[in-house]
Formats: sequence, structure tokens, C-alpha cells
Amino acid sequence: MTTYRRRTVLRGIGASAAMAAVLGAGRAWAQDRKAIRIGYAVSKTGNNAAGAGITTIPNYLLWVKDVNDAGGITLSKLGVTLPIEVVEYDDRSSAEETVRAIERLATQDQVDFILPSWGTGANLAAGPTFDRFGHPQLAATAVTDMAPQVAQRWKKSFWMLGGGHDYAKALVDLLVKQRDAGAINNKVAIASVADGFGIDLSKAATPAFTAAGFELVYDKSYPLGTTDFAPIINEVAGLGADTFAAFSYPPDTFALTQQAVVANFNPKVFYLGVGTAFPVFPKIAGPNHDGVMGIGGIDPDSPEMTAYFERHTALVGQAPDSWASAVTYASLQILQQAIESVGDVDRDAVAQAIATGTFKTILGDVKLVDNQLRALWTVGQWQDGKFVGLAHTERAGAREPVVPKPPFSAAQ
Amino acid sequence: MLLSAILTGLVLGGTYALVAMGLTLQYGVARIMNLAYGDVLIAAAFGALVLFNVLGLNPLASLLVVVPAGFALSYAVYGVVLQPLAARSPDRASLEVDSILATFGLLFVIQGVALVVFGSGFMGYSFLAVPVSILGTTIAANRLLALGLAVLIGGGLYLLLARTRWGTAIRAVAVAPASAPLVGIDVERTARFAFALGGALAAAGGVVVSMYLTFNATGGVIFTMKALIVVIMGGVGNLLGALLAGLILGLVETLVASFVDPGLTLAATYLIFLAILVVRPAGLFGRIAR
Repeated sequence: MTTYRRRTVLRGIGASAAMAAVLGAGRAWAQDRKAIRIGYAVSKTGNNAAGAGITTIPNYLLWVKDVNDAGGITLSKLGVTLPIEVVEYDDRSSAEETVRAIERLATQDQVDFILPSWGTGANLAAGPTFDRFGHPQLAATAVTDMAPQVAQRWKKSFWMLGGGHDYAKALVDLLVKQRDAGAINNKVAIASVADGFGIDLSKAATPAFTAAGFELVYDKSYPLGTTDFAPIINEVAGLGADTFAAFSYPPDTFALTQQAVVANFNPKVFYLGVGTAFPVFPKIAGPNHDGVMGIGGIDPDSPEMTAYFERHTALVGQAPDSWASAVTYASLQILQQAIESVGDVDRDAVAQAIATGTFKTILGDVKLVDNQLRALWTVGQWQDGKFVGLAHTERAGAREPVVPKPPFSAAQ
Repeated sequence: MLLSAILTGLVLGGTYALVAMGLTLQYGVARIMNLAYGDVLIAAAFGALVLFNVLGLNPLASLLVVVPAGFALSYAVYGVVLQPLAARSPDRASLEVDSILATFGLLFVIQGVALVVFGSGFMGYSFLAVPVSILGTTIAANRLLALGLAVLIGGGLYLLLARTRWGTAIRAVAVAPASAPLVGIDVERTARFAFALGGALAAAGGVVVSMYLTFNATGGVIFTMKALIVVIMGGVGNLLGALLAGLILGLVETLVASFVDPGLTLAATYLIFLAILVVRPAGLFGRIAR
């Protein structure tokens, strides 16, 4: 008769647990992996849901579909082509929730790569967490002048949408040309939203306008959530400025346009902030969208861009926005090509490849400089139903600016 | 310039008043602190948008559809979700706490449905965005309409409440819910009716606001907040108070934006809010309960 003593039993349990652990771990990363696991936490609800719903989520979905339709991502070192498998969370527009979700994706879900949430704040908040887990961070929707510093601090973070100075300087340069050509006068009126984006841009723009010899006849901020712009437009209308620039957020962008139309305020240059490039802008502004300038832009002559617009429209039901959407999609193309050039899901090597490689994207051939995408459309204008790029950080504009813009008409 | 600012301010105030009047009924009479109020408003805005885009229905005509729908939906919500709370709560304070929690949940339900159906993007259309000139000031016709509706609804309901037997019953419930049954008033039915009426007003506000504001599925809370300020400032449950408080807020914001700095509108709003509460702790027309 065999008697099992307690110690033997315990030993047995311990050994089998260890065996299971070894086997389990082996299964997770050996040859029989079936997919490349991509995780992301995005704002499906809350304040950032509108931005994420236009710029981030559709492009993540489109990219996954495009990659999987084409068979997947080729890992040459493992000799396989694998589809993408997605793990998705809602961060409810809260930075703490974003960080928690990234921790979970990195430890619990053990995804191969993590895509960031929407917005400057969310990306800056998530930076340390991406860094701690050694995941590359493709910040395609963060506009920050701190990009050079944060890219230094978090070596695997990549900043792809420039900083406030880029956009402000581009606008001023463009207006200087128009002024010197005699198309506009020397007076500029600025209104900016008293929140991250508006503060950044107006801080960069105000000195740039002054340095370029413009006279700022109006330079005021308004609180976030303002819905009535009649006082601002009424005052600016009487100041004789040929240029009106608003560093605004989407609801303000639309309301400012409507108010300008109603008040028949027709500056020669009408420039607005975030939201101008949204596909909904022409729907809200009607025929009056034509000639409105704003942040962003695309190259309307690029066949890749046209094809991207068509694929996006087919999948999501509406066109992408003409600023950060294309950059977001391009950031994912960069990730894919970096993984394929490494031939494995080795995150250190992939981050290295993103930093040093040249990639074929819908933005054209791009190469990051100091972990930043520096080839950016900065000023766009609605022309013939497209938000075309007028100014680019590295190349000539795709179209000439139309100044003065066609006058607004209030008739519906 | 001053006249123009005053007119613009009154028109903005009309929007605030219109948005707040439903909440004052719901909070004042039914004693439901409805946190989902703004989301009902957004739902109505979506309704108007769909009717406008799909059926080509004039938003003014869609008021005839959306407002009764708002009434019916609120009536049903009160019956299913809130009536049990009202029945079991021993006093006003505990009903307020319970209703805050319940309507907080309702907020997420409405928001979730809107997110699934419409997505999270900004929506809007343009209707009656034509300039109207009044005493030399150019004002958007749709905003003027909001002011007109606010005055019409506010004034009309005030007369109903003040002059009819039915209105007296509602006021009795608002003022003394414990004593109202003693004179043969069915408190529960009256509260339910007032809540539904508030929902109808929210729907009216949503339709009108959708003509000139862009909105999205998650934007309801902004309207709830604004409405709450107006309601507290005007005196809970008082329609004229809401109308007056809305107009005051609009005037102050516009005057500050025109003559001081647009950046200070929010500060001015809260300053006037504080000032009124210091002088009249129960709001402009409010009465301190017990």
C-alpha cells in the first residue's frame, strides 16, 4: 500500500504548476502564434469621443481591415504572414483610464504593440507608461512644441503632428506673401479658445504676426464651451482687418462660421482651427465653406491619398478629416513597414526601425527626424470641395491660396 | 453699440431660458434632479436632424413630432424608473439623492444609444441662418426664434400655472407636496405630468438649438450644467424665474464679451450667479422651503 504524505502531494502540485507555466509561456510566443496582437484604448465616450471618432478610431479600423484583407503582416524571421488581432478598450476620455488600459494591454493582454489614444493631452499623459513597458508610441494626434524634449525623454515615442509654432509660423508666412502682393491689408484679428490648443497657437502666432509687421487689431481668447460668437464677430467686423484667424475647437469653428455668415462679415482671409478640415464642415457651412482656410490640408493630386479617401468612405461612411486622419493612417503604415523590415515583433528593433527607416505612406515617402514627423501640411483651404494644402513644412503648397475668398451668402 | 450688445445678449439669454425651463419644472415640481436632462435635449436635436436630413422636414414642423415624443418618453421614464423611487422615499432630500443616481444612469443609456446610432462626430445643419435686422443690429433668425419661443412658452405656462385650476394643483405640489393630498390633489399624477412636461420643453429646446449649434452624442452635460445654473438662479420650479435668469445670464455674458473681454464671460457668469444667491439664497423667485 502506498501512502501519500503531504509533502509529496505538495511537491507534485508544485511541479505540475511549473510545467503548466512553462508550456503556457511556450505556447504564447513560439511558432504557433496565430496573429499579431494590437491593443488600443481609445475615447469612445466622453469629451474626446468626437475627436477620436473622427480621426483615430476609423483609421485604426481601416488599417486593420486593409492589412488583414492583404493577408496580414509578414514576419520573415518567423517565416509567417499573420493577420492582426485587436484588443480594444474605451478610456472614457480620462487620462488615468488611458494609462490603466495601457498597463493592462502590456501586462495582462500581452499585446505585441499598443496604439495611442486621441489627443495631445492623452498622448503626453500616456508617454511614461509606454516608456515603462518599452512599447513604441506613435503619437499621431498630438500637437506639441515639447515634441523634441519628450522624444528625448521617452526614446520610443514618435511625435507626428508638429507643434503650435509650426502651424502659426506657416500661417504668418503665407499671410506675409499675400500682404506683400497687395492682396490683404496689414490688420489681423485673432480669437482663440482658452484651452491647450488655442493657447499654444496664439502664444506662437501673436509674436510671429508682430514680428512680421502686422498690426493686431484684436487678440482675445474666449472660454471653452462658448456657443455665441456674436459679440466677437460684431466687434471684429468693425475693425477693418482683412484677416480673421481663430484658433478654435470644432464646435466653435462651426459657430464662428455661422455667425460670420449671418453678420455678413467677409474678411479676405477667414482662418479657423480644429474642425475646419472635418468632412462635416461643408455640410454645416453649406456653400459658404468654399475659400475658408484652416489648420491641416492634404495633397489633392496624390493618387494614394485619393484611394485612401475612397477606402475610408467605403468603410466608415464618411471621408476622413483632412488633417490628422491621414497622419494617423500613415503612422500605422510606418509601424507595419517597420515590423516587416525587422521581420519579428521585437519592440526594440521595431522602434529602432521606425526612427531610422524611410517609409512609403499615403503622405508620400517619409522619414522621421529625431523621432518626429516633420513633413506636414500646415495651412489648408477649402477649394472645389477639397481641403487642399496651401503650405507644407518641406515642399511647396499643393494649390495657390484663393484670396480674397468668395463672399459669404446668407441665402439658404 | 450698447443697444446692439443688449439685443444680442437678450437673444442669447433666450436660448438659455428655453433650455432651462423644462428642468425647472422637473426639479421644482416632480423633485427629480434630472442629470439626463441635457441628453434628452440632445436626443431631440438628433431627432430634428434626422427628420430634416431624411424627410426634409422643416425643423419648425418637426417640433410637432419631437415635442410630443419628448413628453411621451419622459412620461414613460417617470413611470418606469422614477415613480418607484418617489413612492419609497420618505422625504424630499432622499428622493433628490435617489433621482440623481437614477438619472445619472439614464444619462449613460441615452448617450450610449446615441453613440451607437449616430457615432461620436459633430452633427449640425443650417436652418433659418439668415440675418434679421432689428434697430440696426443684425441677429440670426434662428436665435431670435429661440428667444421668441422661450418668451412664448415661459409666459404661456406661467399664465396656465397662475390662472388655471390645473396650474394651481401643480404649484401646490411644488410648494407643499405633503399637504397637497389633503385637498384632493393626486401628487403622483401631477408630478408625473410635470416631469413629462419638462421633457417636452427639453425636446423643444433641443429642436431649436439644433438649428444653430453643432452638437454630438456626448454634449448633453453642457446643457444640463447651463440649465442647472439658470434654474438655481431663477428659483427652483419657477418658470418666470428661469426666463429672467436666462436673460440676465445672456445679457451679462454678451456685455462682458463686448466691453470687457470675451475671456471673462465664464467668470462673469459665476460672479452674477454668486451675487444673486448671496442676496436671494433661494434664487430670484424662489421661496425657502420650510
